[in-house]
Amino acid sequence: MLRLSGIGKRFGGLTALQEISFRVAPASITGIIGPNGAGKTTLFNIATGIYPPTEGAVLLEGKDISALPPEKRARLGLVRTFQNIELFGKMTVLENVMVGLHTQTKSGIFACAFRMPWQLREERSIRERAKRWLDFVGIAELAGVEAGKLSFGKGRLLEIARALALDPKLLLMDEPAAGLNSKETQELAKLIKSIRDRGVTVALVEHDMDLVMEICDSLVVLNLGSMLAEGTPKEIQDNPAVVTAYLGEE
Amino acid sequence: MEFFNQITQYAISGLSTGAIYALIGLSFAIIFNSTGIINFAQGEFVMLGGVLAIVSITALHLPMPAAVAVAVVGTTAVGLAFERLAIRPLKNATPLSLIIVTIGASILIRGLVMLIWGKDTKALPPFSGDTPIEVAGATILPQHLWIFAVTLLVIVASRLFFHHTITGKAMRACSFNRRAASLVGIGVGRMVLLSFLISSALGALAGVIIAPLTMTAYDVGVMLGLKGFCAAIMGGMGSGFGTVLGGLILGVLESLGAGLISSGYKDAIAFFILLLILFVRPQGLFKKGETDRV
Amino acid sequence: MSPHRKLKPDSLNPDTPSSPQEKLKFLVFSLAVLAAPWPLAGGYLTNVLIFVGINSMLALGLNLLLGYAGQISLGQAAFFGLGAYGSGVLTTRFAMNPWLAMAVVAVSVAAFAFAVGFPVLRLKGHYLAMATLGVGVIAHIAFNETVDLTGGPSGLSGIPNLAVGSFQFDSDLKNYYLVWGFALVAVLLSLNLVDSRVGRALRAIHDSEVAARVMGVNARLLKVQVFALSALLSALAGSLYCHVMTFISPTSFSFHVSIELLTMVVIGGLGSVYGSILGALLLTLLPEMLRAFQDFDIVFYGLLLISMTIYLPGGLVRGIPALFRRLWPVRRSHA
Ligand SMILES: Nc1ncnc2c1ncn2[C@@H]1O[C@H](COP(=O)(O)OP(=O)(O)OP(=O)(O)O)[C@@H](O)[C@H]1O
Ligand SMILES: [Mg+2]
Repeated sequence: MLRLSGIGKRFGGLTALQEISFRVAPASITGIIGPNGAGKTTLFNIATGIYPPTEGAVLLEGKDISALPPEKRARLGLVRTFQNIELFGKMTVLENVMVGLHTQTKSGIFACAFRMPWQLREERSIRERAKRWLDFVGIAELAGVEAGKLSFGKGRLLEIARALALDPKLLLMDEPAAGLNSKETQELAKLIKSIRDRGVTVALVEHDMDLVMEICDSLVVLNLGSMLAEGTPKEIQDNPAVVTAYLGEE
Repeated sequence: MEFFNQITQYAISGLSTGAIYALIGLSFAIIFNSTGIINFAQGEFVMLGGVLAIVSITALHLPMPAAVAVAVVGTTAVGLAFERLAIRPLKNATPLSLIIVTIGASILIRGLVMLIWGKDTKALPPFSGDTPIEVAGATILPQHLWIFAVTLLVIVASRLFFHHTITGKAMRACSFNRRAASLVGIGVGRMVLLSFLISSALGALAGVIIAPLTMTAYDVGVMLGLKGFCAAIMGGMGSGFGTVLGGLILGVLESLGAGLISSGYKDAIAFFILLLILFVRPQGLFKKGETDRV
Repeated sequence: MSPHRKLKPDSLNPDTPSSPQEKLKFLVFSLAVLAAPWPLAGGYLTNVLIFVGINSMLALGLNLLLGYAGQISLGQAAFFGLGAYGSGVLTTRFAMNPWLAMAVVAVSVAAFAFAVGFPVLRLKGHYLAMATLGVGVIAHIAFNETVDLTGGPSGLSGIPNLAVGSFQFDSDLKNYYLVWGFALVAVLLSLNLVDSRVGRALRAIHDSEVAARVMGVNARLLKVQVFALSALLSALAGSLYCHVMTFISPTSFSFHVSIELLTMVVIGGLGSVYGSILGALLLTLLPEMLRAFQDFDIVFYGLLLISMTIYLPGGLVRGIPALFRRLWPVRRSHA
C-alpha cells in the first residue's frame, strides 16, 4: 500500500530522519513507535506532503507521489489525523466532516453562488453522508456544535470521522490515544479495528504500548531519526535493542 | 564628466536615505524577532520622532540636542503605551488581529499628530549648518555626514548589545525559540516590551536625522515605514548587516531611478523591489530558507 | 476526562440561506433597502445611501477574502480604482458603451487579480498584508502618474451616467436603485457561496490551512479564486462609482480607502455578509452625520480597529445580539 524508501530529512543542521525504508501492507494496522523526538510526526508530514523529504521517495500503491502536494495525495486516498488536533474550530462538527467530503463533490464557485440544482443535490447528499460518519464514530448528537468547543476525546473522534469521509485507502493517525482515558482508549481500539475491517489500511503513531500491542499487525521502531527495528509486536517485544532503547525505560 | 558627477550626487543622496531605511528596517526586525509581529505602526514612530523634534524647537525653543532627546524619549513613551495598551491585551492573538491592531495604532498616531500639530509640512534646521562640502565633483551636506555617523553608531551599538550583553543575548534567545527561552527563565513579556522600546527609539532617531533633509508631516510615516520594511525584507528580517545593505541598495536604486527615469514613480520603485523579493526570495537576499513547523 | 457536558448547537455561520429563517431575513433586508428612500423623500440622505451601497459591495468583497478565507488585503482600493478608471477611461476617451465597459473592466480586473493572486497569496499573514499594500500603493501612483489617460491628480471628468435606452440614471433616486440592485445581488450570491462546498472550504482554510489541504482542498487555487472574486466585486463597485459621480480622482482610491474598508469589515463583523453591510452603513453615515467628525475620522478608525479587535473580535453583528441575550436572557429553548 505505502512504501517509504530511503527517507531522510534535515532541518538546518538537525537530522530528523535518515534512511527510513519500510512498507505498510494493505488492510493491516501498522504501528510506528519510538521515544519523543524520534521523528514520527516528521515522517507523517513527509508521507502526506506537508514537508518535502531531503532524500528518498514516498510510493502509494507503487506510484511515486513524492512530488505531489497534500491535496493531490488526499485525492489518491492518503489521509491523516494530527497529533495536536487540527480541527476547523469555528465550524460546526457536521461542517467539519462535510469538508472531508470536499474531494467527492465538484460544485465550483459559480455553481455555489448561483445555487445550481446539481449543487443543491450534492449538498443534500453530503449532509446525509457526513451525518452517517458522525454516527459511525459515535458523536452524531454533537453535529451542530462548534468544533472548537469539543473535549479532547471527542475532537479526536471528529478528526477520525472527517478523515474517513474522504473514503481513504490509507489512514495515518498521529497519537490517536493521547489524552484519552482508559475507557475511551478501549473504544478507540475497537474503532480502529473496525476501520481496518472496512478495508482501510491504517498506520498509527502511538505511545500507549498496550494499545499498540493489542491492535497492530506489525510495528516499526524509530529512534533518533533512524529505524531501529521492524516486525510483529511479538518480535519487537523480544528485540533486545528495542528493549534497551525504548521499552526498557518504561 | 557632467553625467558622472550627477551619478555621484544621486548615489550620495541615495546612500543617506538608504541609511535611514536601514535604521527603520532594523527597528522592524527588532520587534519581529522577539514577537513575530510586523509592526505596521513603525513608520509612525519615525514620523513622530521628526515632528516632536521640530515642535520642541519651534514651540518650546529647546536647543537641538534637547529637542533630539525629547523626540526619542517621547516616541519611546508612545511605544511603551502601544505595547501595554494594544499588544499585551492580545496575548494569544492570530497574526490577523495583530496586523489589524498595529494598523489601528498607526492611523491613530497619525490622526492624533494631525489634530495636535496640523497638516502642513515642517522642516527641522540641519544639525550643523548647510554649507555643502565638495567631494569628487559632488556636494555633500553636513546632514548627510550626520546620517552616516549616526547609522554607523547604531549598527555598532546594536551589534554590541545583541551579542555582548546578557539582555541582548536573552532577546536573541527569544527570537530563536520563545518557549525554550521562557523555560530557561527569560521573561519573555519583558523582552517583548524592551523590543518595542528599542524599536520605537530607533525609529524616532531615524525620523529626527532625516527631517532636516526631507521635511516632515503627519503623513510621511506610511512611505518611510514601508521602505524600511522593504530594507528589512531584503535583509531577511535579520537585525544585522543584511538589513543595512538592503536599505542602502534600496536608497541608491530609488535615487537613481528618480533622477534618471521619473521622480513620480520614485515610490513605486521601492514597491516593485518589495514585491519582487517577497515573490522570489521571501527569506531575504542573503539567507537560506527554513521550514515552517506543523 | 470529565463526563462530557451537554453542548448546545451553535449557529456559527450567521448566514445560512438554506434555512427558512435566513430566506426571510434576506427578504426583509431587501424590502428595507427598497423602501429606504421613501421616508427620505429623495433628500440628501438618499445620496449618502448610494455610497453605502457602493461601500457595501467593497466591504463584502474584502470580507469574503478576509473574514471567510482569512487572507488579508490592504490593496482593495486598487481594484476599486481600476474599476472606476477602467470604466471612466473607456467611456470618455474611447466612447465605449458604459455597460459593455463595465463588463469588460470587471472581467479584466478579475483576470488581473487572478494572475497577481498566485504569487501574492503564497504569502501569509504580515507578508501578505505588506504585499497587497504594495500593490495598492503602486496602483495609486499609477493613477496619479498616467496623466494622459487618467488626468492625473486633477482627475477625470465628463464620465456619462449609465442609461438603459433613453432612461438615464441621472438622479439620486435612480442611482440609489441602480447601485442597490447590484449590491443586493452581490449579497444574495455571497450568502449562497459562504454556505456551500466552496464556502466551507474557504472557512476551513481560515481555521487550519494544513488540515484543509490534507482534506483535499486545493487551498492555493481557492484563495486565488476568492481574491479574484473580491477584485471583481470591487471593480464593479468602482464602475458604478464613476458613473454615479461622473468625476473621479486618485484620492478616492488611496491607501486610506483600503484602511477604511478594513475598518468597516472589522466593525461589522469578520466572516459575516450582513456584517459587511452594517460596517459600510456605519462608516459611511457617521462622517456625514457628524460634520465635525471629518478631521477626527482617522483617529476614530484607529481607536475602533484596536478596541474592536481586543474587545469584540466578532464585530457588531455578533456583539449586539450577544448583548441583547445578556440583557434579556432567552427563556425559550433552542429552535
Ligand atoms: N519544522 C521543524 N523545524 C525544525 N525542527 C523540527 C521541525 N519539525 C520537527 N523538528 C525536529 O525534528 C525532530 C523530530 O520531531 P518529531 O515531531 O517528528 O518527533 P516525534 O517522534 O513525533 O516526537 P513526539 O513523540 O514527541 O511527538 C525533533 O528534534 C524536532 O524538534
Ligand atoms: Mg509527534
